[in-house]
Parts: sequence; structure tokens; C-alpha cells
Amino acid sequence: MGVLFWFALSAQAWAASLTDRVFETVLPNGLKVLLVEEPKAPVVTIQVWYKVGSRNEPIGKTGISHMLEHMMFAGTPSIGPKQFSLTVQRNGGVDNAYTTSDYTAYYENFAADRVLFGLELEADRMAHLLIGEKQFQPERQVVIEERRLRIEDQPASVLGEVMRATAFLAHPYRWPVIGWLSDIEGYTREDLVQYYRAYYAPNNATLVVAGDIKKDDLLPRIQALFGKIPRGPDPPKLVTVEPPQRGERRVSVKKEAELPLVFAVYHAPNLTHPDTYALDILAYVLGGGQSARLHQRIVYEKQLASYASADYSGVHVDPYLFGLSAGPLPGKTAEEVEQALYAEVERIQREPIADRELQKAKNQIESEFIFAQDSVHQLATMLGAWESVASWKLLAGYLDGIRTVTAADVQRVARQYLTPEKRTVAILIPTKPAQAAAPAAGGKP
Amino acid sequence: MRHHRGAGLQAAVILILMLVVEPPQVLAAALGQREVLPNGMVLLFSEKRAVPILTATMLIQAGAIQDPPDKPGVANLTAELITQGTTARTATQISEAIEFVGGSLSLGAGQDVATVSLSVLSRDLDLGLELLADILLNPTFAPDEIKRKAQEVLAGIQRKQEDPGEVAGEAFAALVFGPHPYGRPVEGTETSVPTITREDLVRFHQTNYRPNKTILAVVGDVSLSDLKRRLEARLGGWQPGGPAFTPPPDPAPLTRPVVRTIQRDVTQANILLGHVGVTRDNPDYYAIQVMNYILGGGGVTSRLTSKIREEQGWAYDVGSAFMPDKYAGTFSVSVQTKNQTAQDAIDAILAEMRRIREQPVNETELTDAKAYLTGSFPLRLDTTSKIVRLLANIEYFGLGLDYVYRYAGFINGVTVADIQRVARKYLHPDRYALAVVADLTKAKLKP
Repeated sequence: MGVLFWFALSAQAWAASLTDRVFETVLPNGLKVLLVEEPKAPVVTIQVWYKVGSRNEPIGKTGISHMLEHMMFAGTPSIGPKQFSLTVQRNGGVDNAYTTSDYTAYYENFAADRVLFGLELEADRMAHLLIGEKQFQPERQVVIEERRLRIEDQPASVLGEVMRATAFLAHPYRWPVIGWLSDIEGYTREDLVQYYRAYYAPNNATLVVAGDIKKDDLLPRIQALFGKIPRGPDPPKLVTVEPPQRGERRVSVKKEAELPLVFAVYHAPNLTHPDTYALDILAYVLGGGQSARLHQRIVYEKQLASYASADYSGVHVDPYLFGLSAGPLPGKTAEEVEQALYAEVERIQREPIADRELQKAKNQIESEFIFAQDSVHQLATMLGAWESVASWKLLAGYLDGIRTVTAADVQRVARQYLTPEKRTVAILIPTKPAQAAAPAAGGKP
Repeated sequence: MRHHRGAGLQAAVILILMLVVEPPQVLAAALGQREVLPNGMVLLFSEKRAVPILTATMLIQAGAIQDPPDKPGVANLTAELITQGTTARTATQISEAIEFVGGSLSLGAGQDVATVSLSVLSRDLDLGLELLADILLNPTFAPDEIKRKAQEVLAGIQRKQEDPGEVAGEAFAALVFGPHPYGRPVEGTETSVPTITREDLVRFHQTNYRPNKTILAVVGDVSLSDLKRRLEARLGGWQPGGPAFTPPPDPAPLTRPVVRTIQRDVTQANILLGHVGVTRDNPDYYAIQVMNYILGGGGVTSRLTSKIREEQGWAYDVGSAFMPDKYAGTFSVSVQTKNQTAQDAIDAILAEMRRIREQPVNETELTDAKAYLTGSFPLRLDTTSKIVRLLANIEYFGLGLDYVYRYAGFINGVTVADIQRVARKYLHPDRYALAVVADLTKAKLKP
């Protein structure tokens, strides 16, 4: 028992100490720098996070944040066209980038001795990106192919796109991060240059370096490399606020598919709101694994669906969504699955959850938090994302916030946010392949 | 996202991208220990105390290749059911117990092996091992659970038809492997799954879920002696047995191009082109991996990506891989491009396969490939889950724990002439399988 107790304490204390291990400074040009010494493996992750995503885009230029992300690999006066990733790989590194509605992140992971090399690359393209017409035109086609791959030919992705466009009337969360096809086809090189100038400035960015580093050695090098980049103008602020929803919205998509899908989403606050903890717990109680309520009732007991899940993430600059989704089994209708989802929501609104369910959700969240720190890449990603939407310092109070949630809190947020009038429902109606009856093969062996 | 990180390509690189930049003594400490336990189970272990967690992976020779020939899907359904109830616990009690402590315990079958994955905070190690032992030793295969899982598997088979990549992958495997077991889908078919009985599952479990057919890799916050004591307590009673497995005959090579086209209402043609590859023990394995890195394995820097993506803008994702399974390997090139450029992309792939056969690669390409393959080694070992997978695979493919010391030598020894030799020997632009899922009215493939 003594040993168990010690382990329990140590896991908790260990998680809580995360924020003490983060060193923060802000350079005179406004760049925020977060450094974490994590020597457990001889590697380093270098990540630059820009506070720009699809929520910053104007109508007609949707997806331009993501298009610019692609062009960030095009080169600078010192790194020739197409040379960025080649140079990284030549040094044994991997690189990539991703864009969301709220931020755009770039990273290189290297053996620890290449850390300066990664920092040089990122400082260089923060200030000196060259967007050549010759690189831009084929890359636009690449992005269109990416949209076809990820969205157009995936029924669930198409449904999600239509769902968000219905759930949000005014806020730019209504359009897809990758952008509408017409807009991707329409950007000019000048649009991208202007967008880069408006948002890619040190005062709109966070540099996170984590791994086998020595903060005191690295900081002067960071100051030298990034400190010389001039501060940019303050990026334009988004003024649009999503008006309250007053009534259920329903939408359907007809597409070639085998089985229907049911999505239901509710407007919900972000991680700066005190209800974020209870909403996290609610998502786990409903959808946190095979023992969670949606799986138990809808998949296991009633055998209506092959999966049923709940999803909430407060990591957004503005209030986003709490989502439910399910995939009906053959022979079951979208209607009965949809009603079964609501029955579980109503049960939580009616009766408080059991103590053990509450404790299970808390244990799952804490464990996930600890597991995330096994990887310096994941740790840096968590810091960068929280800092980009609000502040990484909120992580310090996160587990405490989770621990103080009561069953009554969970019931209250379920009643407050998961109401039919704040709900948007999206249903995929499958249409059969045109040649379903004929043999699918056009084979010529 | 700038580069695609396909699951298939990721799986391919797990074993491929290993090399040494650290001095051997450092690696000796990092890599782990090996022991054969009294019941025949092979234990690989590495102590990692930095985070209070523990990750375990078990590879059991209970993959689809062991399926009865007339009943594809037995291995998969067995794996699905093992977590769904034991003599001591119901399905719900099992999932509730592991999820209550924020851990995870899952089981899935692949072509060669069934993989068990256990992750827990180190304080919950006992519970994790107790559940692991219970599901492996005492599954009940209750009839209502079988019915439920079979129904889910059938729904999964149907839903797979919605995904052009999955449809192409299944058609491609059938073309490349024909009657060889690798030509069949792991989960079985809509006709085979309903014929599987409880007796099939019980027999499959009895025969194949045995410690002498099992590799267990454990990495994390525990000592070896402590772990062994707990394993003995939980799994000591697991009895060895089961007949030795006779591998199937090698798949027959193709003698000419074979094509399968499948009509879908899609905007992109999903294309897979390739043929039988090599197994992990092929003496040319490393030269092949370096050659493939230059051809299409090296992400955005490869020849296929330069041509098809960077120059033409025809695709977001294009890549090639030599995937070594235990009894046969696959070589495949995958690309998705708008229907209208499907034939252009296929022509470009074949042209690059021919070029690397006909002309020597240049020294810079070779140097760059070696620099990446050897320089990225530390990134292959930077989390407990990566180390645990690596340890399990090193054992499965018989590479030996000293393999990581030798790896850089294997890669650095590859020459320009080796590249051309293995390209000629192992790439077949004149006899390949081609699977295309597309809107064929727009794709206009050459007859």
C-alpha cells in the first residue's frame, strides 16, 4: 500500500510540475520563446507557431492560411527553391507543418546536436520567404489535390464541412481550413505575399524548443537569430462574434456511400471559460472509450451503430463546438441512431453521473496528460497550441480544474449547452454507386 | 499539412530507418535486454524512468496467415473477441477496469501476427498485467458477443467500400498475391465472416495463442526483476503448445501487367502500382531501401515526388515502399490524382522505375539518402512506444539486439552500382499489378 501511495503521488506531482519546467521569455520584437529542458532522449523539437488560421481569412480567400503554409517551404534568398525539406532530411531531420482554424504550426525534429540548424531555418523563413510564381502555380494544384484527397472523396469529411458551415452563421469557423475550391483556384501570388506580411511577424508568433537542450546556451543564440527580425504591425483583429443560436438547424448531404452518418454539434465555450473542465469530463463520460455511455448503450447494448463518440476541445480562440457522432449499422436508420444519442444526453441532464464514472473521466484525462509528455514533440505541441489560442500558463491550472469538477457540474453543463435549440444536426444520406449491380471489375488480366 | 504522413508509409519506416550516430555503449544501455521465459515467451525489456508510464506490445503468431483457407477472417474475429469477456469478467468489466485507471488494452490481427497493446501509468502495472493475462488465457467467446462482433466486422467491410484508398488497396493485394494468403483481406469477406463458428474461434485461440509463439516487449518505469516477478505470477501458468506453422509457398511472380479498374463517383483516381517485393532477410534489403528512398520513399525529396508533385502539381501525395512482411514482401507506388491526370501519373511512375534501372543515380542523391537514413536514428527511439515497437520487431525479424550497431555499416556500404543492380533485380516496370479506383469516364486510361 505504501508503495502504491508513493507512485500515485509521484504521478500527480510529476504532471503538475510541467509548467515549472517551462522557461518563458519575450524578445523585444514581441516573439514569445518557450524552452523546455527534457534530456531523456537525445532529440530536439523546434516549433514555430503563428497566430493565424482560417478564422483570420476574408471571404473569397478561404484557405489562404493553409496555402501560405505550403509556400513556406518554397525557399528564401539563402535556401533555394525546393531546398528546405531536402536540407532538413540531409541533416537527419523530419519537418512538417499544419494549419487549423486558429493557428499555423511548423516543426523540425532533429538529433539534439542540430538544434541551431533548425533555429536558423525557422528564423530565415520568418523574415525572408520568397514566393515565386513558378513555385506557386504547381503548389496551388497540389493543394487542390489535397482537398480532393481529404474532403471531396471522403463522405465523413464532406458532411463535417457542411455541418460547420451550418452551425456557424457569421464566424469564420464556418468555412473549411483548406478553403473552398473556388477560392483556392483564385488566390494570386500578391495575396499570399500580403498575407505573409500581415501575419508572419515575431510579435504574432511563439517559438517552442523542447528536448535535450541547455536553456542558458540556447537563449543567446535565439536572441541573435530571431532578435534581428523587425516587429511587424499588429495583425488585424477579428471582430465577428457568432450570434446565439435560436433553434435547431438540420442539414443533409447526399453522396455515394454505403451507410449513413449522424453528426450533432452544440455551441460550447473554449478553454478560457470555467465550464471547459466540466465539458471535458462530459465528453469522456459520453465518449471516452468502450466503457463510456455512448458505446455501452448504442453500440454494445442496443446494437444500433458500429461506433458512437463524443468530442470536445476547448483549444480554440473563440467558442467552438461539442460534438456527437455515430455510424449506424446496416439495417438501422439514421433517425433511430440520432434519437439514441439524444437519449444519452437527456439521461445525464436528468440524473447525475455516478461517482466512479466521474473519477474514471478524471483519471483518463490525467493519464492522457502524462502520456503526452513521453514525447517532447507532443509536449511542445501542447504548449504551442495553448499559447496560440490563449496562454500556455492555463495548463498549470488544468488538472486542478479537472479535479474539482463535480457530478452536479457535469449535469449543469449538459443542461446548459446540450440543448436542442443550440444544436446542428447533419445526416449523410448514402446513394449507391452507379454501377453497383454490375461486377465492379473492369479487369483485363 | 505540407507532407502527407500515410499510415502505410509510416509502418514501412519503423524498421527501415535505423542507424547509428551514437557510440555503441550508449545504445547498449538504451536498446534493452532479451530473455526467454520458462514457458517459451521471449521478453524484450528496456527500463525508462523519465515518465511514470509503462508500454507493452505483444506479437503473437496469430495473424490472418494462420486462417483456415476456407474461412478468411477467423484470426481477426478471434482477436476482436479476446477482449470481449473472460471466465472472470464481462466485456464491459474489462474495458471499465482499464479505462478507470486511464490505461488502454487493445488487440488486433494483421496478416502475420496479432498485436496486443497495453499502456498504463506505472502505478497500475499490476492491474494491466492481470487483465492482459485474463484475456489471453480465459476468453469465453460467448455466442452473443460473437454475433455482435461479427455484425460490426461486416459493417466495417461494407463501410470500407466508401474509401477509395481501401478499395484500391484490397484490389491491389488480390492482383499481386493471387491465392497467397496476403491476397485476402485480414477481416475476411462478407461471405466468409457469417460462416465462422464459435468452435473455429476456440480452436484458433487454443492453437495459436501460446507463449512459445509470443514476443513481449516492455518499456517503462519498472525494473526487470520486478517485471519478471509479476509476469511469472500472471503468465507463468500459460502453457506452450500448438503445432509449428508451415509457411505458405511463395507468391507466383506476375508475367505481364495486370490491371483492375473500379468505377466510383470520385474526383480523384486512387492508384496503386507494384508487385511482389522482398522479405526482411533478403541480403539486398538495405540496398533496396536506399534505392527506394531515392525513387519514392524519401518524402518530398524523392524522384517521384519531384516529378509528380513538385513539377507537375498532379498530386498531394505520391510515394513508394518496399514493405517486408514475414513470408513475402510488397513493392508499391501509391498516388492520388484528379481523374483526368491518372494516365499521366501512371506513365510517370513507370518512367521513373525504368530510369532508376537504366541510369546510375548521382552521388549526391546517394549521399543525401544515406545522411537521412543514418542521421534520423535518434528520432526512431525518442518515445517509449517507438522503442517498444522497435524491440518487438527486432525480435520478430531475428535482427538481434546488436543490429543497431551494424545498421549504419549496412547503409553506408551501399554503392551507386548496388542501387542500379537492385533496381534491375527488384523493380519490374514490365510486369506489375495496377489497381485504379476512379471515375473511369473521366480517367481515360489507356487500354
